Amino acid sequence: MAFTAPKETYSGKVYPVTIGTGDKAVTCGGENVLPFHSFEGITPSRPVIAIEIQDVPPADWPDTVRKPYDAVSGDPVSWAKFCQDELKAKALALRLVGTHPDRENRSPADAVKTVKDVLAAVQVPLIILGSNHAEKDTSVLVAVAEAAKDKNCIIGKAQEANYKTIAAASMANNHKLIAMSELDINLSKQLNILITQMGFDKEKIITDPMCSALGYGIEYTYSVMERIRLAALTQNDVTMQQPLLGDVGMYVWKIKEASAPEADLPQWGALEERGIAWEAETAAALMIAGAGLLIMRHPRAIKEVENLIDELV
Amino acid sequence: MALSGVEIFKLLPKTNCKKCGSPTCLAFAMKLAQRQASIDACPDVSEEAKKILGEASAPPIRPITFGAGEKAVKMGEETVLFRHDKKFVNPSAFAVEIKDTLSEDEIAKICQQVIDSEIDRVGQKLRIDAIMLSNVSGDAGKLEAAAKVVAAKAAVVPVIISTTNPQAAEAAVKLFADKRPILYGANTSNADAMAAIAKAHKAVLGVAANGLDELSGLTEKIKGLGVADMVLDSGARKAKEIIEHNTLIRRAAIKKGDKTVGYPVINFMQREDSLLEGLLASVGVAKYASIIVMSGIEKWKNLALFTLRQNIYTDPQVPMQVEQKIYHIGEPKPESPLFITTNFSLTYFIVSGEIENSKVASRLAVMDCEGLSVLTAWAAGKFTASKIAQFIQESGVEKDVANKELILPGYVAILSGALEEKLPGWKITVGPREANTIPAFLKTR
Repeated sequence: MAFTAPKETYSGKVYPVTIGTGDKAVTCGGENVLPFHSFEGITPSRPVIAIEIQDVPPADWPDTVRKPYDAVSGDPVSWAKFCQDELKAKALALRLVGTHPDRENRSPADAVKTVKDVLAAVQVPLIILGSNHAEKDTSVLVAVAEAAKDKNCIIGKAQEANYKTIAAASMANNHKLIAMSELDINLSKQLNILITQMGFDKEKIITDPMCSALGYGIEYTYSVMERIRLAALTQNDVTMQQPLLGDVGMYVWKIKEASAPEADLPQWGALEERGIAWEAETAAALMIAGAGLLIMRHPRAIKEVENLIDELV
Repeated sequence: MALSGVEIFKLLPKTNCKKCGSPTCLAFAMKLAQRQASIDACPDVSEEAKKILGEASAPPIRPITFGAGEKAVKMGEETVLFRHDKKFVNPSAFAVEIKDTLSEDEIAKICQQVIDSEIDRVGQKLRIDAIMLSNVSGDAGKLEAAAKVVAAKAAVVPVIISTTNPQAAEAAVKLFADKRPILYGANTSNADAMAAIAKAHKAVLGVAANGLDELSGLTEKIKGLGVADMVLDSGARKAKEIIEHNTLIRRAAIKKGDKTVGYPVINFMQREDSLLEGLLASVGVAKYASIIVMSGIEKWKNLALFTLRQNIYTDPQVPMQVEQKIYHIGEPKPESPLFITTNFSLTYFIVSGEIENSKVASRLAVMDCEGLSVLTAWAAGKFTASKIAQFIQESGVEKDVANKELILPGYVAILSGALEEKLPGWKITVGPREANTIPAFLKTR
């Protein structure tokens, strides 16, 4: 007896979202099936990995991930060029962490200069992220959204506390927007609805259901992503059809497994490989759950995830 | 596929004899459908009806154990496609391949690595679960010699023998009598001989097919030869195909009741690059592999994979909990701050992560609230002033701190007055509502 393959047809699809301009523009989303289920539908784009850079030197990153950038990370422009030219980044994520009041407390004007300099130096699409300080982000992101007008960037992250100003600035300057909520499918849906009610195009949103690292709650992010994707596809829920973001690097490189020396924990094995594997595994699992856009840090982790994607598409 | 109560009723004697304890045959049928009764309670049911009912009530993916003793590996029994629906039951087993072309010393070395791979994480013992000995030499004598080394050096580790040569298979499998090995390599040309060996030596048979059509035909044939326990290899080797085949197999078994593929799946993930191999394995963990065969088992890779497997296979309906105790973040001194929160693992991870980010060494008192978050635990009466006071007093933290000051989560600020009464001599400080403002909070102190 021949095997009857139980294929599914879904009623919904994921919006394709294109970022950047010219021939370096990239698109994520667009599929009408679960991740990598090309055997039963269309999967027009591969997940996009953006390499993370910052407006200030990454002194707080563990050695493993700081070292590859030591020669360039003193200056965001040389860092950006290194990622584009040497690491062949398809997109960059510039995190303006130095604007945080508890960090360097850089001003919106400082941030604007950094963004302008980076945009002038590279051609790949840019994701511009605040410091995740809800209040400060409103002033910083409004200023940089304007400075990057018409460059088709992604601005993030809009959260419940500050989405109005950030979404308005993003809309006025023709950018895409990351909408972030904390590990709850209903909160995520609600924020998407609130943002679209402002007149923001629902097809220009990227949903960030909040990342968690392997071993530190990844199963929550994994299942929220999986449920959002199922709602989008099987229930054709138009408020859940945005591509999903996995902001992986930031969550992975602050945990113990990424920085505890082998001498202290011999059963954990080599530190460098462990950190890289941790970032790559976190990214791989979230891609399987539905992430179409990933923000990552370590060049080797990024390369291996690209190799995995080669096998998956 | 499970039968409905009415379908079951049609198979019963319809005598309403009450011997089963139910008032009518229909009532008994309804109980059977809900798995609240066993067909054995009916003295008059026909053998044929029993057989039909037995098959229909069997789990969609056959439960199979391989190996013996406390390290035996349980597989199958899965009932869902997505972990948020219901807990995934039996975690993927990791196996390392040992080629029979290796020297005795090299084989012994890998055996030792497998034995040493066990680590403790959040109270669970995690390890490389099995060894797959593969007959890459093509020589029966070499396989047998290598199998002898494995049998001697890794006696407690479950074993998979991989060969398509029945003579080689027989000689190697014999060495694992009573240890329930897997004999992998039954294909369209050797199925009869391999099935006979599996039966004779009580081995699980690994079916090696070229595509899903061939796979379902092969398992049907082998079942007809009297082998009940099988593991499936559809021939998929690339990640894309592995997702496709594993998904279709799981769906067919669970949603369509297709018994020909209702068995655990074995995936071969060996790659030159160990990191890439680890990523492939993570695809297998998420997408339905029961056994994942790899070529390298470095400690760093094991830790990442064990952790992922543990995370994916946790019960989504039971909040993950951390142990109740006073956690040290950094190296706290007597004057370092002392926080309190509940033992919901996500709460713990976020709070401890933010304290860590602040770079201020601290103590974090984590109180057992049955895995509830702060507000939920407070609402449920598990995070109250008297319970917190009792926990702090019994924890003995008092003798480690210079200032008796406890930082309370901002959401339960309402408790601070009562807590000061119940903890005489302590100063209760209301901390931030959200963990992400802890660094700022600590900075301004």
